[in-house]
Amino acid sequence: MAKTLRRHIIRMTAKAGSGHPGGSLSAVEILTALFFNHLRYDPRNPRWTDRDRFVLSKGHAAPLLYSALAEAGYFATEELLTLRQLDSRLQGHADMTATPGVELSTGSLGQGLSFGIGIAIAARLDRRDYRVYVLVGDGECEEGQVWEAAMAAAHFKVDNIVAIIDRNQQQIDGWTYEIMNSEPLDEKWRSFGWHVIEVNGHDPAQILAALEEAKTVKGKPTAIIAHTTKGKGVSFMENNLEFHGRAPTADEAEQALKELE
Amino acid sequence: MAVEMSTREAYGKTLVELGKENENIVVLDADLSRSTNTQLFAKEFPERFFDCGIAEQNMMGIAAGLAASGKTVFASSFAVFASGRCYDQVRMSIAQPRQNVKIVASHGGISVGEDGCSHHSIEDLALYCSFPNFSVIVPADANETAHAVRIAAATYGPFYIRLSRPKTSVVFDDNYRFELGKAVTMRGGWDVTVIACGLMVHRALLAADALAKQGIELRVVNMSTLKPIDEEAIIGAANETGAILCVEEHLQHGGLGSTVAQVVAKHQPVPMSFLAIKDYYSPSGKPNELLERHGLTSEGIEKEVRALVGRKG
Ligand SMILES: Cc1ncc(C[n+]2csc(CCOP(=O)(O)OP(=O)(O)O)c2C)c(N)n1
Repeated sequence: MAKTLRRHIIRMTAKAGSGHPGGSLSAVEILTALFFNHLRYDPRNPRWTDRDRFVLSKGHAAPLLYSALAEAGYFATEELLTLRQLDSRLQGHADMTATPGVELSTGSLGQGLSFGIGIAIAARLDRRDYRVYVLVGDGECEEGQVWEAAMAAAHFKVDNIVAIIDRNQQQIDGWTYEIMNSEPLDEKWRSFGWHVIEVNGHDPAQILAALEEAKTVKGKPTAIIAHTTKGKGVSFMENNLEFHGRAPTADEAEQALKELE
Repeated sequence: MAVEMSTREAYGKTLVELGKENENIVVLDADLSRSTNTQLFAKEFPERFFDCGIAEQNMMGIAAGLAASGKTVFASSFAVFASGRCYDQVRMSIAQPRQNVKIVASHGGISVGEDGCSHHSIEDLALYCSFPNFSVIVPADANETAHAVRIAAATYGPFYIRLSRPKTSVVFDDNYRFELGKAVTMRGGWDVTVIACGLMVHRALLAADALAKQGIELRVVNMSTLKPIDEEAIIGAANETGAILCVEEHLQHGGLGSTVAQVVAKHQPVPMSFLAIKDYYSPSGKPNELLERHGLTSEGIEKEVRALVGRKG
């Protein structure tokens, strides 16, 4: 499935001629684990009250989310190729008013975790057992709101929320440690009152084990720091800043798809 | 100057020139220096450039602190993040104390295109025009951008300069001199006046060409300074042409159109019309597809002008 999602990401961004392949490819295993081995949902009933919620806070990874939603059965995979076209349901950044299965409109970084806390607290109030998963970029963690949310989740003892940090060490202008060093990131989350698990973000077994462990943590939220590589799976995109926000050309896409056979 | 150049490219180049002339200039960005073009300054003057990371609120506070200590500060991001995301930080730390901070934002309007509504900046002019003490400029082309950035650097106080993502047709030659708060009549005419800013100025000029063939003499005014607004030019246009159409790549409320309408209503009421982004969030699409959807084309301008001629009575 991971390979399938990667192929979708390449084909849809190449067709659109723009988009964000790098940060989509880095979180492929994370979404594969969530959507195909962990989350509870019903694609025929996207607003099902008891569904687990997945919030894509780093909204520019929309191509990845759409690929997962299509493979999960929310809509046909053919629709993926309409990405970013006028009046497509697949907007440049995640849009909850346009796409079934998208929980929050994002694209302005830093806002997903706060929203996640809101739905997690609502579950508690309504005595529902759904869980909330929020994918946050490591560059995104530079936004102050992320830490306001981190403080609040621990304060309200929200234990049905999991923040997954896509620790690919890159943002737009460069390596995260060069632009705005956030190390030690694990200690930061811990000191904000979170249970922290570190995993290799490309190892499905480690990701799934962490998601299970999070279920057993009571009275505090869990952060999974997933160590990843931006552009993972395509040799010339890996750790290549250029592909943060540039689509592959037709030739590049062809080469990428060959590598992903 | 080239026939087409993006205003953000002109910004980057001008910053480098300014950096050479003035050691007091400091530049900040929020992880978008490759797109805003502040990276050109960063390469030349790494010690006077600070990438604040993805933290626009913090960036504006740092800008204010530098300015309070005597620096001339430029702070850049995309228009949508440089306005809404840090509104109160700008209000309290920059606008109220009248700090010498120049916020130069790229990717204004919907011509951002495919990134979609999270990146379309359609409220920024309303937000910045709402601040006391701010000067607000939307340059029409790369040439005017270079001048406006220089004037902002040389003029004490807070500025908001809104730039665009796509390449823009150049409408000013090298002899042009920008004056803060002064509109420029790009084309004389006596039937209707179009007051426009940014990308829309070139489209208004194209509309004027087409209308001339139909016997309508359109006056085209470039109102690059939204604040302080050039009242004299507006009153003159109202008196002399008897009808005004405002065209802007922004919501209808709070930007160019509202500001001009207040002046017209107070001093010389005449029929007016407004071509602007309609009151909804636009989807992803190519820049021209989106502009077309809102009638922000030379044909759209023509149509509105013809309707206004009919209303002149
Ligand atoms: C508030 C805000 N500021 C700036 C941007 C522009 N932007 C889009 S993606 C990005 C870098 C994100 O880095 P990271 O969170 O590490 O994502 P990844 O590297 O995983 O793609 C930036 C600065 C934005 N979308 N939102």
